[in-house]
Amino acid sequence: MAENSAVPDAAPAAAQSHGVIHDIGFRHYDGERLGRGWIVRSLLVETFRGVFGLGRPAKAKIMPWVLVGILFAPPLIFALIAVLLGLDELPLSYTAYPQALSLIVSLFVASRAPYCVSRDLRHGVMPLYLSRPMRRNDYVFAKFAGLALALFAILAAAETLLFVGALLAKLAVGAQITGYLQGLAVSVLYALVLTSIGLVIAAATPRRGLGVAAIITVLAVVAGVAAVASELLIYNGNETLGNYVGALDPYGLVDGIAVLWFGVDSAFGREVTLGFTGGVAFTAAVIVVVAGGIGLLMRRYRKVGVA
Amino acid sequence: MNVTVMKLTARGLLGRRRALLLVILPLLLLGLAGLTRWASDASPEASSILANNFSMGTLLPLMCLLVATGVIGAEIDDGSIVYMLAKPLKRRVILFSKLAVGFAAVFVFAVLPTMAGVAIAGDEGGELSLAYGLSAILAAIVYTAIFVTLGIVTRNAVVFGLLYALLWETVLGGYVPGIRAVSVRQWALSVGERLLGSRQADEWAFASEVGMTTGLIMLTLTTVGAVYLGVRKLSTLTLNSVE
Repeated sequence: MAENSAVPDAAPAAAQSHGVIHDIGFRHYDGERLGRGWIVRSLLVETFRGVFGLGRPAKAKIMPWVLVGILFAPPLIFALIAVLLGLDELPLSYTAYPQALSLIVSLFVASRAPYCVSRDLRHGVMPLYLSRPMRRNDYVFAKFAGLALALFAILAAAETLLFVGALLAKLAVGAQITGYLQGLAVSVLYALVLTSIGLVIAAATPRRGLGVAAIITVLAVVAGVAAVASELLIYNGNETLGNYVGALDPYGLVDGIAVLWFGVDSAFGREVTLGFTGGVAFTAAVIVVVAGGIGLLMRRYRKVGVA
Repeated sequence: MNVTVMKLTARGLLGRRRALLLVILPLLLLGLAGLTRWASDASPEASSILANNFSMGTLLPLMCLLVATGVIGAEIDDGSIVYMLAKPLKRRVILFSKLAVGFAAVFVFAVLPTMAGVAIAGDEGGELSLAYGLSAILAAIVYTAIFVTLGIVTRNAVVFGLLYALLWETVLGGYVPGIRAVSVRQWALSVGERLLGSRQADEWAFASEVGMTTGLIMLTLTTVGAVYLGVRKLSTLTLNSVE
């Protein structure tokens, strides 16, 4: 599935600066070459579309759209509830929404991350990508950005549905706009953190089923352990440590940031009282997770296709 | 059953680092069981709640999914199953061998930890462990059969299996009472409930939505149906790389 491999050519030798294999014996092509940036862009678009099964057979579309459908259903119900009961705010806040549906969001990441990387690993096509003016790190960037954008797109779409529902229910517009913007900010963080974790695990194995199972197990176990441990610590009076331990869960981490920077209520229903230090620590943790994830991916891809 | 198929399956399931994935969840359960004992002074009721919600509700389905993916999903995924299917073996034999290995793995990695978890968290004379052990064995057989078949039918077995295990039984069951009776966990628990006797079961919060007769009938029907469908689907398996 190498990009542009269907467009062979034999550009003049002078134009070929970095050892790109163009002439593979087919019809010559003398037109303009769009270069490295365009290849990365194409790979990113291809990854994004593939996540939703676009441009693929109907069978590949079932799973992502079932999950997206489940993710989009509650906002409609919330809007109805708000209209029927005459509430003055949504039953669930914008920042708490991704956490409330964390099972679906996790399943989406777990099923789509291996899709992005495992086929290329299994079929050993990395050398084909690299025979084009694209670096290993470009590949990592394109895959990461493609999945993160797709994840952000579904989260942002769900937030938008919540917002539209709130407006239709005639809730106070000012508060809804603030909440909506906070929801979008949280969606960005969720997209980056979950993509980072998902891709690192997925890139470790060429077997898709195993990748899906591994990601969901890791996310479920981390969430379970963090929830129980922080609950126990807070129950026993050690609130500060309990709050930090709760952030071991990616959902707890992003939720903590929302609570500390935006002053919203925690989706977990616990008091996060870490103040400015906590906010900085959590933000730093997100940066470490994302940078670390990209770093690990780059390290992993330095060896792919060599041996 | 075919010994070679079983050996190959076991190696595919446990070989290299893959066994690690199977150990994480049982270890987590034992840790939680220790915490429960410490927090509740070894009360059988707290132990039963842990076993019902975590062991039966999460650990068992998740482990059966992991194992089912390991015994057949991975081979279908990378296409190596064609070498096994090309051998002069009945597809039935291949599936039964894989199911046997899968069940054995689930027994070791999920059923035994469930019993150990109950024993650690709090028990009286081993009765509660036995009741949960029996329920877990029945649930393990059915889950393994369902998920292995699901693995043959679709590439997305893990996701659909999880949607069923977590969303159907836990979330939807909370809103629509009827759904709670259509659940492998409840059918399996009905047998354990009868074993304990209704008074004891009440006291230890060991409850099932259905009676034992219904439970056993549904368990048998589901297993037989799943295995039958699995054999049919494996006989007509076509490999494609759609996804």
